[in-house]
Amino acid sequence: MPDGKLAAKEPAALRAWLLSDSPGSVFQARCQRFYLAWLAFSANPIAMAGLVIIAALVLIALLAPLITSADGTEQVLADRLQAPSAAHWLGTDELGRDIFERIIWGSRVTLYIVGLVGIIVVPIGLAIGTIAGYVGGVVDTVLMRFTDIFLAFPRLILALAFVSVLGPGLENAVLAIALTTWSPFARIARAETLTIRNTEHIMAARVQGASTLRILLSHVVPLCLSSVIVRLTLDMAGVILTAAGLGFVGLGAQPPLPEWGAMISTGRQFLLDEWWVPTMPGIAILVVSMGFNLLGDGLRDVLDPRSGRSE
Amino acid sequence: MSQEARSSAGAGGSLLLSGAARRSANVLFTVALTFVGLTAVTFVIGRVMPNDPVLAIVGDRAPKAVYEAMRLELGLDKPIIQQYGIYLLKILQGDLGKSIMTGRDVIEDVARFFPATIELATVATLLGALVGVPMGVVAAVRQGRPTDHLVRILGLFGYSVPIFWLGLMALLVFYAKLGWLPGPGRIEVYYDGIVDSRTGFILIDSALQGEWEVFRNALSHIVLPAAMLATFALAYIARMTRSFMLDQLSQEYVLTARVKGLSEVQVIWRHVFRNVLVQLITIIGLTYASLLEGSVLTETVFAWPGIGQYITQSLFNADLNAVIGGTLAVGICFVGINMLSDVLYRIVDPRAR
Repeated sequence: MPDGKLAAKEPAALRAWLLSDSPGSVFQARCQRFYLAWLAFSANPIAMAGLVIIAALVLIALLAPLITSADGTEQVLADRLQAPSAAHWLGTDELGRDIFERIIWGSRVTLYIVGLVGIIVVPIGLAIGTIAGYVGGVVDTVLMRFTDIFLAFPRLILALAFVSVLGPGLENAVLAIALTTWSPFARIARAETLTIRNTEHIMAARVQGASTLRILLSHVVPLCLSSVIVRLTLDMAGVILTAAGLGFVGLGAQPPLPEWGAMISTGRQFLLDEWWVPTMPGIAILVVSMGFNLLGDGLRDVLDPRSGRSE
Repeated sequence: MSQEARSSAGAGGSLLLSGAARRSANVLFTVALTFVGLTAVTFVIGRVMPNDPVLAIVGDRAPKAVYEAMRLELGLDKPIIQQYGIYLLKILQGDLGKSIMTGRDVIEDVARFFPATIELATVATLLGALVGVPMGVVAAVRQGRPTDHLVRILGLFGYSVPIFWLGLMALLVFYAKLGWLPGPGRIEVYYDGIVDSRTGFILIDSALQGEWEVFRNALSHIVLPAAMLATFALAYIARMTRSFMLDQLSQEYVLTARVKGLSEVQVIWRHVFRNVLVQLITIIGLTYASLLEGSVLTETVFAWPGIGQYITQSLFNADLNAVIGGTLAVGICFVGINMLSDVLYRIVDPRAR
C-alpha cells in the first residue's frame, strides 16, 4: 500500500486519505469505514468511558504479574482482616490475602468468563440464526421455535440447575451461562439474514454458483456481525453478573481462585466488622459491568443507527 | 417472542373472528410448545445429564435391592422417549417427586415457598413502576438536560450493580450502622405463627386478620429486599418509559394539544402518557417475570424463605427433585407472565386487536 505508507508520515495526509470521497482500494474503503465509525464513537463521551474501563480491565489482566508481587492466593495469616492502609490498599481478607491483589488477578477470571462465553455463544447463535433465515421454511420454523424455548427461560435459575448437575466450577458455570445466553444471538442473526437474503450481491454470488455454506460464511455472516457485536457487548454485563451470582451462591469459581463473586461470598460473614472484605470486589464487578453497558450503548449508537439514539 | 406474535397478530386484523381464533390457537400452541421445551430441558438436566440418577437419589451406600427398586421406580429401564412421556404425565398430575431435604412432595414445598417470592417480587415491581415511570417521563420531557443524564446514569447503575452485593451494602448501612430497618428474614421470630397462613402472603394475611403490629413488622422487613430488587426494575422501566415517551412526543397530536393551549402538565400526563401506558403494561409484565427469577440472589442475602432459597438450599443438599421442581415452577411462572402480558397488551391496545 504505497498510499498507506505515505499517509502514515503525515497526520493531515492520513486524515485526507481516510476521508477521501473516492477510495482507491478495498483496503482504503475499509479503513475509512472504521475511521468514520471511530469518529462517531469517540465523540460519544459515554461510550468512551466504557471503552476506557474495558481497555483498563484488559491491561490490568495482562499486566497482573507486573502490578502485583504474588498470584493473589498467598496467605499471610498474621495480616488477616486488616483495614485498608498504605501497605494493603484495599485491606486483607480472612486469610491475610491482599484484596487489591486478588481483585487484580480476578480481572483475569472475569475476562476468561466473558471471552469464553462469547466464543461459545456467537458461533452457535450465528449458525442457527443465519441458517434459519437463509434456508427458511420448515428449517426456519423448527430452529426458531427451539430458540424461543431457550429465550423463554429464566436465565439464572436455568444456569443454577445446569451447574447443579454438572458440578460447581468455573468451566461448568461458563458452560451453563453460555447455554442460557445464545438464543438472542440466533434471533438477531436471523433478523439480519432475512433483510440480506434477497439483496443483489447475494443473488450475484448465487448465480456465480457459490454454495449455500460459502454464501453464509463469506456474505451473510459478516453483515450480521455488527448487530451481534453490539448485543454481545451489552450482554457481557449480564454474563458478568450471572457469573458473579453463581460464584456468590458457591456454584461458580471455587476457592482459592480470586473470582469476585466468590470473594463477596466468603467476605460476607465479615460484613459488619470488616466491611471492606465483601465491599471491594463488589465495586470491581459494578465498574466492569458498567463499562460493558456503556460500551455497548455507544457501539449501538455507532454501528446500529436504526435502533439508535431515541433510547 | 412477543414481538413476533404481535406482528403476526397485526397481519390478520381484517378477518376479525377467524383472526382471533387463529391467534388464540397460536398463543396456545406457543404455550404448549414452551412447556414441552421447558420440561424437556429439566428432564435432560435431571435424568440424562447426571452420570447415574439413581445414585444421585439413593446415595452410594444404598444396598443393591434399594438401588434396583429406585431404578425401576424411575423407569430407567424404559426407552428414553417413554421416560420423558412418563415424566411429562407426572408433571401434569402435579407430581414433581419427593424432596429429600424436607421429606415432603416437591409440589407441596413449592406451594409453601412460592408466596414469599411472589410477595417480594410484587412489592418490588410496584416500587419499580411507581418510581421508574415518573423518572422515565421526566427524563423524556427534559431530554438532553442534566435530569435526563442523571436518570440515564441511575439506570445504568441499576443494570450494572450485582444485586447480592447491593443487598449486603444495604444491610450494612440501614441495618447495622443506622439501625433504621430490621435485618434479614421475613418477620421477627416472636411474631412468627401469630397470623394464620391463609393466602401465604404475610402482608395480606396479617391485614385481613387485623394484626397490624405483625403487618408493620412484615412491611419493615420487606422494604430492603424489595428495594434491592426494584433497583433493576426501576432501571429497565425508566429507560423504556423514556424511550416510549420520546416516540410519542414527536407526534403531531402533541403539537395540536399545545397549540390548543393546554398546559404542559395536561399535554404530558393526559395525552402523551395515556398512549405510553399501553406499551408499559408489557414492560412491567416482563419486569415482574424477571424479578421472580432475580429474587434468587436477593433471597439468599436476606434469608427470605422463598423459592429461590429453596432451590439454592436444595442444590447444596444434592436434592435434585427439589431443584428441578423449583426450576420448573419458576420457569412456568416466568413463561406464563410473559404470555399474559402479551395477551393483555393485545386486549388494551386497539391497534393490536
